[in-house]
Amino acid sequence: MDFRKLGLPALALVVVWAAYKSEQIPRIEQKPGPVHITYWEKWTEFEGDAIKAVVDRYNSRQNRIHVDLLSVSDIEKKTLLAVSGGNPPDVAGLYGPNVAQYADDSAVMPLDDFCKSYHITRDDYIPVYFDIGFYNNHIYSLPSAPASTALHYNKQMFRDAGLDPEKYPTTIEELDALADKIVTRKNGHIDRSGFMPAEPGWWNWGWGCVFGGKLWDVKTGKVTANSPENVRAYNWVRTYTDKYGAGELSTFRSGFGNFSSPQNAFLSSKVAMELQGVWMYNFIDQYAPSLEKPVLNWAAVPFPHPADRPDLANMTFADEDVLVIPRGARHPKEAFDFISYVESQEGMELLCMGQRKHSPLSHVSDTFYSKHPNPYIKLFADLPKSPTVVSPPKTGIWPEYQAEMVAAFEQVSLGKKTAKEALDYVQNRVTMINDDYQAQLKARREAGK
Amino acid sequence: MKASRKEALTALVFVSPWIIGFTLFLLYPLLASVYYSFCNYSVLKPPVWVGLANYRNLIRDDVFRDSLVNTLVYAAMALPTGMAVAIGLAMMLNAKVKGQTFYRTIFYVPSLVPGVPLAVLWLWVFSGKQGIINAVIQPWLDALSRALVHLHLHVTLTAPQWLTNATWAKPALVLMSVWGAGNAMLIYLAGLQDVPQHLYEAAELDGAGWWSKTWNVTLPMLSPVILFNGVMGIIGALQIFTIPYIMFPGGSPARSTYFYAMYLYDNAFLYLKMGYACAMGWIMFVITVALTVFALKLSSRHVHYGGS
Repeated sequence: MDFRKLGLPALALVVVWAAYKSEQIPRIEQKPGPVHITYWEKWTEFEGDAIKAVVDRYNSRQNRIHVDLLSVSDIEKKTLLAVSGGNPPDVAGLYGPNVAQYADDSAVMPLDDFCKSYHITRDDYIPVYFDIGFYNNHIYSLPSAPASTALHYNKQMFRDAGLDPEKYPTTIEELDALADKIVTRKNGHIDRSGFMPAEPGWWNWGWGCVFGGKLWDVKTGKVTANSPENVRAYNWVRTYTDKYGAGELSTFRSGFGNFSSPQNAFLSSKVAMELQGVWMYNFIDQYAPSLEKPVLNWAAVPFPHPADRPDLANMTFADEDVLVIPRGARHPKEAFDFISYVESQEGMELLCMGQRKHSPLSHVSDTFYSKHPNPYIKLFADLPKSPTVVSPPKTGIWPEYQAEMVAAFEQVSLGKKTAKEALDYVQNRVTMINDDYQAQLKARREAGK
Repeated sequence: MKASRKEALTALVFVSPWIIGFTLFLLYPLLASVYYSFCNYSVLKPPVWVGLANYRNLIRDDVFRDSLVNTLVYAAMALPTGMAVAIGLAMMLNAKVKGQTFYRTIFYVPSLVPGVPLAVLWLWVFSGKQGIINAVIQPWLDALSRALVHLHLHVTLTAPQWLTNATWAKPALVLMSVWGAGNAMLIYLAGLQDVPQHLYEAAELDGAGWWSKTWNVTLPMLSPVILFNGVMGIIGALQIFTIPYIMFPGGSPARSTYFYAMYLYDNAFLYLKMGYACAMGWIMFVITVALTVFALKLSSRHVHYGGS
């Protein structure tokens, strides 16, 4: 017998057997008793504890379904791979901007029928938080913890600069003027700053929205990166570079520590005014007690608007964590039953109080805000109701679009390009990306039929 | 069954875990990635054949071009620097001094630190305001500025903003790459041990000094090792990912540190363009092979193999 002839078929057999066995692993037989559903969530620490409290409460309230909570880092990537591998969790806690990208390739299930049978409607929510999960006329996700932003300012730094801490800026022009008064220098270098558009840097893509710009025309599905409002906003960003110098600003910024540390620019009283989210209170509480006690030395107020655009008052960036049922989930019905509990007033308030955020629901219990530790929580709950609320564009190319906007912001703030040049480039590039994306999506859908 | 056949079967059974692992986890993905590079593939839906479209799109993609240029520039800076430092260290540590083993260990240990903690550590080292590098440099620059005043040159010299200035970000990474020179150093050190003593003795008889011996004996005898480390260095530098990915999110400032592997990763896992990313991977493979062949050709006249 020639052994060599046997070798290859034997190897092929082993490979096929291994592939077959590996496919079998995820299909665990259902044991008698409650249906176990897996729930992947990104949060850890106190935010994770809040989710665990909700899961525990749900598990203890009924005995049909048991939720197994698993804390997963890089959740959007792992969910993606789990979906393509055919072994996803029953519920995944993704980020709002993931929804369109995942829905485009049917990686998440539409929840319309479930919502109907559980009587969950848009009216139950502050509209923007429901709309984040509503894409191409389907509900693909429902909110878990929401977020909104406001101008946070350090009252002590106002006092140190001889300013009235109760007179906060309401227009961009006032913001700039106050920033100029607060800035201090040591040995010729900036030691304290009033405001910097690049700090904390999470909404560098969105300054145009503060000036009334849009990044995306919802009706036509077209990119509007270089709209006059967006160019105006990036020109405003550039004024800070021109005023203080790109090198000087970057030297100053390089002295800041991690966001989640006492060396955070705002917490260490290096920057007096910052655009920040509802979560900032948690970090103030943890790392900068001097801002809280003996007197409240910080405040959150609506972010200023351009003086000539009073219609843009109360602008806020709204975003949220979402719950989805990935395609291929074993127990979608049971998964939605759990989601519906999170969406109930009881479940949502337990979650949002634990994470110290506001509720995305339109109805909130009387005691929720009075018991809430964040003294400005009502503001964060009210701002998203404003008509000027902005959430990231719902398009599958958003991650790439966002990267381009951030790169443009950096080029403008480093003085390498003018606002117009940088945004014209983004406009052309992202339009091309979008055209390709739509064509590819169409091809994949047609091939999938 | 013949004894030799039985032996072969036994051998195959013993290597089968590797063969299976190699086939499943390396060979299959490798071949699949060739196929995907010609597909419109998002991972979530089955791939759709698009021919050369991904490759065509790459040609007109500015960010692809920029990331490739960034990577080549970085490689061109990091490779010679790393080699010079590693050879220099190896030669110093080859000297017979007291505590030789201790020094060898000390210089080797840094290369054992994994990428992620290394990146976090160097964020602090390079920090413009509190960083230890600038804390050392700045007083010297101040002194120099004062000295220049005497020459009627009124300039204020400030230490570079390593992390936030587009000009200095790449040199910062090059400086950091030297930290990992320990591995190459160890290979050079082994190469140095192989240089026959009699060549040095012959050179000494001819009146050669330290420099002559280094130039005419050490480096030629070390040349195969230099070539090996050079090729490994090219491969390593072109694949740079972990450290800039952590230190410079999104390739900031202004994409000056947006390297090839970072763009590839973003395409694959952030933009869900797996087909495009596969095409990028294969282009990088071709570039790496081309540079390696170039290095081999270039070196054929300068590499001396002691045994031959």
